[in-house]
Parts: sequence; C-alpha cells; structure tokens
Amino acid sequence: MLSGNEAVALGAWEAAVAVGCGYPGTPSTEILEALATQPEVYTEWSVNEKVALEVGVGASLAGGRALVTMKHVGVNVAADPLFTASYLGVRAGLVVITADDPEMHSSQNEQDNRNYAIAAKVPMLEPSDSEEARQFTKLAFELSEAYDTPVFLRMTTRLSHSKSLIAPFPDGGPVRGEAPIKPGFVSDPGKYVMIPGNARKRRLVVEQRMQRLTADAATHPANRIEWPTGEPDAGAKAPVGIITSGIPYTYVREVDEDVPVLKLGLVHPLSPELIKGFAEKVETLYVVEELDAVIETQLKAWGIACIGKDAFPAIGEFTPAIVAAGLGLGEAPAVVEPSFAVPPRWPGLCAGCPHDHVFNELRRLGMIVSGDIGCYSLGVLPPYNAMDTLLDMGASITMAQGMDIVAPAEQRGKIAAVIGDSTFAHSGITGLLNAVWNKRDGLYIVLDNGTTAMTGMQPNPMSGERMGREDSFSVDYELLARSFGIPAENIGMVDAYDIGGISNAIETLAERHGVRLLVVLGLCLIEGQKLKRLDKLDDKKSARRELIYLNPVGGKK
Amino acid sequence: MSGVFNVLMVGVGGQGIVLASDVLAEAAALAGMDVKKSEIHGMSRRGGPVFSHVRFGERVYSAVIDHGQADVVLAMEPMELVRWSRWARPGAAACYLAEPILPVGLSEYPDGLEAEISRLFGRVVRVELSAIRRSVPLKVRNTALLGATSVFFDLGPEYLQQALKALSPRGSYEANQAAFDLGRELATAQLMEAADVE
Repeated sequence: MLSGNEAVALGAWEAAVAVGCGYPGTPSTEILEALATQPEVYTEWSVNEKVALEVGVGASLAGGRALVTMKHVGVNVAADPLFTASYLGVRAGLVVITADDPEMHSSQNEQDNRNYAIAAKVPMLEPSDSEEARQFTKLAFELSEAYDTPVFLRMTTRLSHSKSLIAPFPDGGPVRGEAPIKPGFVSDPGKYVMIPGNARKRRLVVEQRMQRLTADAATHPANRIEWPTGEPDAGAKAPVGIITSGIPYTYVREVDEDVPVLKLGLVHPLSPELIKGFAEKVETLYVVEELDAVIETQLKAWGIACIGKDAFPAIGEFTPAIVAAGLGLGEAPAVVEPSFAVPPRWPGLCAGCPHDHVFNELRRLGMIVSGDIGCYSLGVLPPYNAMDTLLDMGASITMAQGMDIVAPAEQRGKIAAVIGDSTFAHSGITGLLNAVWNKRDGLYIVLDNGTTAMTGMQPNPMSGERMGREDSFSVDYELLARSFGIPAENIGMVDAYDIGGISNAIETLAERHGVRLLVVLGLCLIEGQKLKRLDKLDDKKSARRELIYLNPVGGKK
Repeated sequence: MSGVFNVLMVGVGGQGIVLASDVLAEAAALAGMDVKKSEIHGMSRRGGPVFSHVRFGERVYSAVIDHGQADVVLAMEPMELVRWSRWARPGAAACYLAEPILPVGLSEYPDGLEAEISRLFGRVVRVELSAIRRSVPLKVRNTALLGATSVFFDLGPEYLQQALKALSPRGSYEANQAAFDLGRELATAQLMEAADVE
C-alpha cells in the first residue's frame, strides 16, 4: 500500500528521474521526502517554488528528467517561469506536481490549478488512486519528451494522503528504467533564449503542440470509456453518462458501479472527438468535477449539453454522498445525531511551543500584527488572538510596509510583522530589502524555530541543514541585515524562553526608527526531539545561545 | 458499495491514529482484500481532531467513509467519538479510550457523556487508561485500542498480528503485540460481561 504521494515518488524513480526539487507544502511534501530516500536521485528543498521550477527546467535542458513538487498556491510563486517554460519546452522530461487542496484542509485558498494548465498551455494529467499516480507519473515523463513540453500532474489532498494498493512488483522489487535522453546541454538559443523575436516563433510551436495533443488526446491511454453493462448499439443511447476525473471518479463508482463513465486522465487538453463521441451515446450527460467548472465550460463552448455545477457544488471537497445527491441517486443514509453541541477543538501551537510568549506579548502591547504562513498562522486563534492579517508567503513584512505608509501616527509605532524562518527565506528577505531600500519604518520579527515545522520538519536556508539532514550553511541574520544597511542597534536576537527579554526587545525596538529586525530563537519541540536522537541537539542549542549573546537587542556589546 | 467494511479511527494529534490505521489497512491487504485508507495531515496535527478512514472488502472505490457508513469507530478520546458519530451507521460498534483531553478553554465536559455514547452506538467497549498502563507502556495505547476494536472486525486477528509485526517501529514490536493482546482480552471480557447482564 502506498499513499498517492509515495506512489508519485515511486513512479518518478521508476522513470529514472535525475532531479527532484520543490518547496514543502501540504499536501505535496511527502513526494520529495520519499524520493530523497533514493540515492540515485538528486533531491533538494529549494528556497521557494519559483527557484525549484527553474532548477527543474535547467536540469531538463541539461538532459536529466526532473520532478518539481509544490502545493497549489506554490504554483502562483512558480508561475513566472512556468508560463515561459512552456515556450522553451524540454530536453529530458519535466513534470510539475501541483497538489491542490479542495476544502482548504491546510491552505489559505481553494484555487483549482487546472486553470493554470489552460493558461500556461501545459498538458495536465490527473490520477484517481495510488497506482494511477505511479503510472501517470511515468506517462507524464513520456508525454513531456514526446511533445517537448513541461507536463503537470495534478494531485489533490484526498489523493495525496489516501493509501491504496499498487500493482505487485516483479520478483526482486521495483525496477528503475533507463533514461532515454543522455545528459549534456545542447545550445539552441532560438528555443532556449526567449527574447521577443524567438518567443514569437516559439509561440506558434506551443499552439501547434497543443493542437497535436488535442488530436492525440482522443486515444491517450490515460483516458478511457467504461460501459459496465455494454456499449449501446449504433443509434441507441444509454440513459445517463458521466464525465469525470481524479478522486471524483472513485465517488462516482462508489455510488453507481454500472453507469457509463468517460474517465479523463488527461484533463488538459480535452479531446472534442472523444467527448462528443461519448456524449452522443448518452441521453443525459453529467460532468462530475471538484471545484471549478473547467470541463463543463469547455463542453458548453463546444455546444455539448451537460449538467455540471447546477447539480454539484463548486466549493469544497466532494464526498460519495454529494455525488449521489447530484446524480439524484437514493436517500441520505440514516444518522443518529448527538444530543448536545460537541465543543470545537481548534488546532493550536503545540503545548510548550517556545514561541507562544511572543504572541502573548504582542497582544499585551496592543500591536497590529501582520502575520504569515506556517505554524505561526495559529497565532490568530485562541488563546493568543494575536494576528490581524494573513495573505501569502512573505506578506507579513511587505503588508506591514503598506500599512505603515498610510496608517495614522498613533498606529504607526504599533505595527509589527511576524514571520517564521522558512517563510523568511522563501520570500521574506526580498520584502526586508524593499523596506530598507524605500526607507520604511517597521518592526519585523522572525520567529526562528530551526525548521519548517508545519509541514513536518524540513530543513531551510536558516537551519544549517539541507535535504536529508545533510549539514549545510545557515544564513547569518545579522550579516544579512547589516549588508542590507540595517544598523546594528536595530538588529537584535532574543531567546524565546526569555519572557522579560522579549518584552524589553519589542518595547525597545518599537521606539526606534527605520527598519528593525528582531529574531526570536526557540527550537521547535518536535525538531528538538529529532535532533536529540541524531545527537545534534547540544551543538544546535549552543550555536543558538552564541547568536543571542553576540546580538543583544540595542546593539553589540 | 455493499460488502465493504468501514472502520473510522479518530482522536487528537499525536495519539497514534495513523499507525493504527496503517496496521489495519495492511492486515486487510494481507487477507487478500482490496483496501483504501484516507486521512488528512497538516494543520490538523497541531492539536486538532485527527481521523483515518479504513475501508476493506472485495472492491473498494472511495477512500472516504460517508455519513451513516462506519461499521466500527475507534476513538482515542471520548468527545471525539461523539464528534464523529454522524459518520457511524445506526447501531455501529464503538471502542474508545475513556481519557478526556479537554479542548483549550474548556475545564470540563458536559455531564452524561457516557450515556450519550451508549445512546449513539450499539455495542460499546470502554477502555480505561489505567488498564493499559498497568501492563504496557502508554506509548502503545493506540495498539491496545486497535486490539480491543479488532473484536468487531470482519478480519482474522492473525492478519492484524502479521501487519503489526511488519509495521511496528523498530524495537517496539513486543510492546505493540502485548498491547494488542491486552486490548483484545479487555474487549472480549467486557462484551461477555455485557452479554451475561442481558
């Protein structure tokens, strides 16, 4: 049994992937963690998703198959290279995983990244279970090389984190295939240097490629029509037919084993030939798709009558019951209701998290807190109630700047940004640079817990380790801030357990002018346990104590 | 799908729900059945409710259990059992650890929690933390609950024991095996006693 994420890693390994990179984000994280256990593959956590995709494109052009993983909102960060990577095409296969999160189990929005496949003109595959995740990953590499294009594989939370059986291995276990492309960069500026003159030519190539794919989608092995009770005779029609893909396919089959289904594995581009052929053989056609009406809209543009979002919600995750209700099948099952309201159990910072003092202190001081993604987003919930805004990775520092520009005088000294260490490296540093350059005022607090905790303890550029807990460099906050031009007296570090020190630091720095950077050092409790088992805890702790000693709030000793 | 057996496991982050459900799913696979399991990781692990759906039978399509479908619910906390009762079919069996973990900001649960559980479910096995602590380390309380719940499974215990051997973290197999047996004995004794009373 494998989870969807583990199955993607297995498929990539079997497809002789050379490079795996990405940025951690639920529900995508376990893909690279599984791939990182394979010594034949170079894997890295990249600084952010844009960087990861660019590393992947470079690897592909140099002749190595590359897998790039991220959650749905990560694709927003990687969108810049994505849209033009489609023009460059590939040498060795390039597969980008987008792990969408219908229901927003662990995300700030519910965007449907099938829209990116359309907008960036990149084909997209979507599996329905772990074995398909494995097989489609291999198909994605083949498709990428056959059509000279990056390929998306769309996962969703339910698929990534569900486990199902995979086809048995031959005797002796799984087999790593041979890479069809040999490593080596071959210069081809007309294809790889996107100045406007070249881009205009490649624009035509992209369009021709998508046309070719649209034609070939009719017989692509990832698409299939199921007639469980037999295909209707010529001229006859089945009463109902369903077009679906991904996890919703499993719900359709759960509630109706006999209904004819066109199961789309290739969700972009769609084949008009395949879909029209199916539609002509059924009286009533349903489109069962989670989130946006992507397939339905295309069908309606082709003039194919179908029932989609009139019957199924556009918001949230489906369940078999939702699919059954949309199809008008059966009654909801009987349920015994509790006789009292069950008290909510909110997620929160772990019991004993060293960073809870900061939130208590920010609330006590009545600060306006510009927050960020990760564990510290939990600062908005009880008992802290100490966060006022949360937008996207890195926005704490930059939104605080915007607020400071227009806030009245009595509020200006009360604005603070709070960001974690991994998020700071991902996209907080550029915001810090922006603030210094534009001569802004602001108190920016990095809560450094020594790891990327929310997604399960991945190393980051501030933590001193890289993928696989290999020792690496860690960025020196003080040197970084000084190199930007922040004066020493505006930089301070404090121990997360030093409650008085934190109060003093916030109050002292709040009264200063210009950009102020406060780093609160408190090791994540779970990370601490892991470091202890690796016999690295004492070294880590003493290095952090030294940082605090060397960088007291209010200037160097 | 008829003919699919649905087990819902619920609790609070850090109680070992994921491992217990992995063991059950692996056991079903060892017994030659189709099986799917589903859970959500991420933010929910930070003290929020945690759940895992395990479904096994001849052919399993959906990885999720719907409202009114669970045949058995394993709960590592009593209020979590009530929270997820809508997912259980009327008369479903339940097995729970009678050790409240109060949500932040709450000092006690409403009275009558036990009576509510009896009302919501059919056969119920209640496991006291002290009964586990007497014999095995607390760390393997998830396996004790799995053993207790296994009396309700449509699955031979030998498969569960094989799966437990395969999936126990290194050095913990003996403790897990003892916990599983303990849970199964506790549940069997409790159900026999209940049958005698009736």
